[in-house]
Amino acid sequence: MTSLCIVFDRLRTEEKMLQREADIIGCQTTMLDAKTVKINTETSGDDLRLGDVVLERCISYFRGLHVTAAIESMQVPVINTFDVASACGDKMIMTLRLKRGGVSTPETNFAFSTEAATDTFDECGYPLVIKPVIGSWGRGVIPIRNRDTLDAILEVRTVTDGPFDRIYYLQEIIENRGGDVRDIRVITVGGEPIAAMYRRSAGGFRANVALGGDPEPCDITPEMAELASAASDAVGGGILGVDMMEDYRDGGTTGDSQLVVHEVNNTVEFKGLAKVAARNIPKAMVEFAKRYARK
Amino acid sequence: MNCPECDAILSIPDDSTEGEIISCYDCGADYEIAGRDGSEVKLKQAETIGEDWGE
Repeated sequence: MTSLCIVFDRLRTEEKMLQREADIIGCQTTMLDAKTVKINTETSGDDLRLGDVVLERCISYFRGLHVTAAIESMQVPVINTFDVASACGDKMIMTLRLKRGGVSTPETNFAFSTEAATDTFDECGYPLVIKPVIGSWGRGVIPIRNRDTLDAILEVRTVTDGPFDRIYYLQEIIENRGGDVRDIRVITVGGEPIAAMYRRSAGGFRANVALGGDPEPCDITPEMAELASAASDAVGGGILGVDMMEDYRDGGTTGDSQLVVHEVNNTVEFKGLAKVAARNIPKAMVEFAKRYARK
Repeated sequence: MNCPECDAILSIPDDSTEGEIISCYDCGADYEIAGRDGSEVKLKQAETIGEDWGE
């Protein structure tokens, strides 16, 4: 029997679904609240009852990343791996991985000072989208359409002056069909696309469900499947949420679109999609984890 | 059990477990279940949304 440990820091519907499926499949399942973990350099996986494989499901990126590092040092496999989590957790690193992997992704500029960021706009023109390199749920993702907005954003970043505020991630805007704002979320497990949904904006620039975006069922086309698998490979595989957009360069309503991947998510949320997906998403995730269990 | 913030009665499902978040319908305060012993439930203040929260 495989012993599976689900590490969390906020017990959401997703973690309960994973626990239920693991129990049904016949795993010996333990739940570990990362906030209660105390370890040192001598701690073993058995001390923490980590079992044969760990599913890392922390809502806090840095907490999950560091817990993953500790667990991997105990020779217990973690999904996703530290390498995958660190690549997906920083949008700049993720974008570079996608590009290096030959995955279609929006053209993105990087700058490391306010002056260089301003120069980027002078050279590329408006609009560009600024995204914090760390963060999720669409927070801080802002289209900059003119100099006034740019100056305001740069001033705020100068005042807050966090270490990541000095990293400027400036991405081209992808044209939507007829002003429709939607993107596509594809969940991949071990590189295999298992479910997808459209996310339509509730009003505004961003389509994140966390911001009220409306999820709709989406059939996985061969193009989506190929791109999602390639994106998974580019960041190192595991259990991922691949976000893509339909790029209508002509801005028309009848032209063909080309898909581009703009984000790959490490600790994917799936409770909404699970309700409409044909595949049993948590079951697929647990079965994938079982294959990585230490023997 | 009453909300430590506003004293309204909290609705805590019987099948809730440690780590789950309970919200007060009256004042909106969030609490995390820190422990359960039968019907006895121990609550603590839930963490607020962090800059690095998300997927």
